[in-house]
Amino acid sequence: MDQAARRIPVAAPVGRPSHARRTGGALLLSPAVILLLIWSLVPLAMTLWYSVRRYNLVDPTQVGFAGASNYVYLLTDPDFITALLNTAILVGGVLVITVGLGTLLAVLFDQSFLGRGIARVLVISPFFVMPTVSALLWKNLMLHPIYGVYSAMMRAVGLTPVDWLSRYPLATLVMIVSWEWLPFAILILLTAIQSLDAEQKEAARMDGAGPLAQFRYIILPHLSRAITVVIMIETIFLLAVFAEISVTTAGGPGVASTNLAFLIYSRALLQFDVGGASAGGVVAIVIANIVAAFLLRAVARNLEA
Amino acid sequence: MTRKRARLQRIAIGGAAWAVALWVFFPILWMVLTGFKTEPDAISTPPHLIFHPTLSSYREVFARETYWHFALNSVTISVLASIAAILLSIPAAYAMAFLPGRRTRGTLLWMLSTRMLPPVGVLVPIYLLARSTGLLDTRTGLVVIYTLTNLPIMVWMLYTFFREVPVPILEAGRMDGATRWQEITQVLLPLALPGIASTGLLSMILCWNEAFWSLNLTSSAAAPLPTFIASFSSPEGLFFAKLSAASTLAVAPILVFGWLSQKQLVRGLTFGAVK
Repeated sequence: MDQAARRIPVAAPVGRPSHARRTGGALLLSPAVILLLIWSLVPLAMTLWYSVRRYNLVDPTQVGFAGASNYVYLLTDPDFITALLNTAILVGGVLVITVGLGTLLAVLFDQSFLGRGIARVLVISPFFVMPTVSALLWKNLMLHPIYGVYSAMMRAVGLTPVDWLSRYPLATLVMIVSWEWLPFAILILLTAIQSLDAEQKEAARMDGAGPLAQFRYIILPHLSRAITVVIMIETIFLLAVFAEISVTTAGGPGVASTNLAFLIYSRALLQFDVGGASAGGVVAIVIANIVAAFLLRAVARNLEA
Repeated sequence: MTRKRARLQRIAIGGAAWAVALWVFFPILWMVLTGFKTEPDAISTPPHLIFHPTLSSYREVFARETYWHFALNSVTISVLASIAAILLSIPAAYAMAFLPGRRTRGTLLWMLSTRMLPPVGVLVPIYLLARSTGLLDTRTGLVVIYTLTNLPIMVWMLYTFFREVPVPILEAGRMDGATRWQEITQVLLPLALPGIASTGLLSMILCWNEAFWSLNLTSSAAAPLPTFIASFSSPEGLFFAKLSAASTLAVAPILVFGWLSQKQLVRGLTFGAVK
């Protein structure tokens, strides 16, 4: 990480800022830095502290040092394993759909056709819809087994409507969250494609490269950085998916659609188990940090160019 | 011959793109339409494509559901958090863009890393802190949290905009005897105004749609729109027309913001890595 950090270029001022000016700079920087230091360290330290305590909000008899027992309890809990697996499926499924489809659609929307500007605006719209609206929109208006539009369409072609959210809760959530994040992938990748040199594409076409060859050897390599950034940023947000689950399945049936974020929430605010929820929080932080390390490297490298 | 083929190809591409766009946008369109239906129309099977539009659901959302209470919370929280974050990030981005030191690169990356802390990882301490300080279900609580969570993104975005301001212009001002305050307020800010505006817009969008802290820390008094909409997930959600009208009102302003600023948002959303 240090190496990557060193490669970020910074604005080259004419001459070195004088000592006095640099001191002034530190003064301007300090409010943001101090607040972020507090914000990132205090809650983290508290989570670590609570995770080794016996602490239940509604059970005052539970006090004292718990050692590793919160962690042992969590790691041997089958619900936790399910939640980890569900988190992986949710993140992985949405990434495959949004990045795969997003790349193809970005190429499609880069072509010129009638009404392109409007079509583009329509296709990126779901990204600006708040998560609780997206989730209820799909749960009720689209997928409701009786009144949903999709159910009506299925009946129209002679199929029996399915109660998607109770029969296939996790797959349905993958679909809903993909709908929210596909526009993000398209928006970023389309911007990246448009920075591709038109002459380069033209030259490839002159040399007889077909559309597939152009995609494989020119567009895809050009997009690789942007795709990396999309994957990393989506992963950070997808690990934290919460509202969509909360308003559709509430993690159920059972724990069939509970991810790590929802499991920790239910431990903390439904079962009031501060110690156990904090141990889960520490696990979530560790996982996110692994992803973050990769993302920081990618961002640092990208800024260099 | 080839011209005809090229034309056919263009029509095929346009057709495919429009089909995708309409399919992706369809749920939003359906939501807007359902908001203008009566409740019986909204749950009719098969769904009515042609119906008599009515404003009754909107009237009900305004009258019975005290929509304005939640909308006002959303506006207040988003605006205050965005202003606070802008005021904190302008000096920070200025210092890093124009007075870089040995630690500038490290500081930038460290700031970014704080954004990657998963909210659920600190849910317990933040909830308990909010409870013990009386900030649970208050607008102040959310303003503080939104300011801090968005600060890293905004510093980054402003930093990339400030880097594009030519240094000689700032130096010319300094030669003329401008103080640091004058240099920032009278030279830099007017030049970087479009960038600052889109940074503020991104912050507004992120605050408006935030649905982890708002669901967990507010219930009624300070509840913004995401929490209000979530209350429809109960059996009450079967009032499809009312849900649709409320959702349309909650989504419309940010959708328009998003449409207007899609280009600039890319930079903020990717921390300057894709422009």
